[in-house]
Amino acid sequence: MFHSLGKYILLLRLSFRKPEKFSVYWAEIMREMVSVGIGSLGIVAIISLFIGAVATIQTAFQLISDFIPKTVVGGITRDSTILEFSPTISALVLAGRVGSAMASQIGTMRVTEQIDALEIMGVNAPGYLISPKIIAGVTMIPLLVIVSVGLGLTGGYIACWASNDVSTNDYLRGLTDGFNPVIATVCAVKAISFGFVITSICSYQGFYVNGGSLEVGQSATRGVVWSCIMILFCDLIISRLLL
Amino acid sequence: MIEIQDVYKTFGENEVLKGITATFQPGKNNLIIGGSGSGKTTLLKCIVGLHEPTKGEVIFDGENFTHMNFEQRVPIRTQIGMLFQNSALFDSMTVEQNIMFPLNLFTDQSKSEKQDRANFCLERVNLAGKNKLYPSELSGGMKKRVGIARAISMQPKYLFVDEPNSGLDPVTSILIDELISELTQEYSITTVVVTHDMNSVMGIGDHIIFLHQGKKWWEGSNKEIAKTDNKELNNFVFASPFMRAAKASL
Repeated sequence: MFHSLGKYILLLRLSFRKPEKFSVYWAEIMREMVSVGIGSLGIVAIISLFIGAVATIQTAFQLISDFIPKTVVGGITRDSTILEFSPTISALVLAGRVGSAMASQIGTMRVTEQIDALEIMGVNAPGYLISPKIIAGVTMIPLLVIVSVGLGLTGGYIACWASNDVSTNDYLRGLTDGFNPVIATVCAVKAISFGFVITSICSYQGFYVNGGSLEVGQSATRGVVWSCIMILFCDLIISRLLL
Repeated sequence: MIEIQDVYKTFGENEVLKGITATFQPGKNNLIIGGSGSGKTTLLKCIVGLHEPTKGEVIFDGENFTHMNFEQRVPIRTQIGMLFQNSALFDSMTVEQNIMFPLNLFTDQSKSEKQDRANFCLERVNLAGKNKLYPSELSGGMKKRVGIARAISMQPKYLFVDEPNSGLDPVTSILIDELISELTQEYSITTVVVTHDMNSVMGIGDHIIFLHQGKKWWEGSNKEIAKTDNKELNNFVFASPFMRAAKASL
């Protein structure tokens, strides 16, 4: 456990060494940003719409009574979407989509000696392979979470419009009433942290693969499992510290 | 010139290399041969720095490579070209991008200069016009040749080749051997080839080191190998009936 933690920290240190040539790394960062950001937009959009809609319907089911103003549904949907559903559920889905791809890609490069080829050339392999992925993760996952929040709240609006449990006017008023900016800060901190956790853990798992295609698959699975555990752990710590 | 002095390598309890000393001269095809598990690939990886020797030293033209850190090794590594057993081409890049990759990172050449160099390297390995193909679109022999083109793109002083003939038909194997030999002599490169292919040994082995049980068991040239009375070497080289018949006819 401590041995792995030490290896992980050393790998991160190697990943952020001075690049051999910035322009080559920049091209790689752009490529990873497109892969993480544009490549994940579809799945994030779909889950966000559904989660927003379900959150609204379930909140309405539990809270609609003559003693509670109907605008509460909008407020609760907003807070739960911004604080938890968008950053955490998106991150868990992205760990499966982005993280497993990263672990498999780096792991395949390891078992086919492509990483050895980089090292023989004098290239800092962790820097070239891992730092662009981490940079793409900590920049694009927060942007995806912003999109997810917008679509989650839109999903809630569509649910109100379709079900008539709460009027769309009440829902919209609930969204704007009593907004506390701290929840946006918490959401941003979570998104950046989750971006780092997913990309660094999955890259680490891929980088130290030993064996063949079976081990590459196992490393991708390990990467996703550890990312999910660490996402939930960070979620708890950030919520406790910032709220 | 590459010198290795008293190199040991241990993995856990398993001592793979046991005090190997050798010198590899420029302009010669230096072959490391031996049976499976004899330590030849481990020795190659110790020489290029993919493994750190447990004990002993590797010296490139008077510079002690073993005691250098990553940054200090970079100037030597940019003079190293290596062809891997499975070619190790970057899957996400075209043939041209593979060859231009080290040039992009370590030279200030313009794009056209780099493209000219890539075209020259491809012509040198008889693959002119294959610039835009991806590794998945190449045959095994073509991948090896692209691997060689990438290895020579930086005009290396040292060329390392791991099992150049594995998975190739006899005709392509001979072509790859001849190409390695031509490049070695043409550019006076210090070439180290790890192989267990007897055609390579007899064809291009200017200087041969035979490893057995992690030790240097024999050293000589392809001309001397047929006359040796070293039992283990004879068992290895003349294992097949064809080779025994060839030896008898000498």
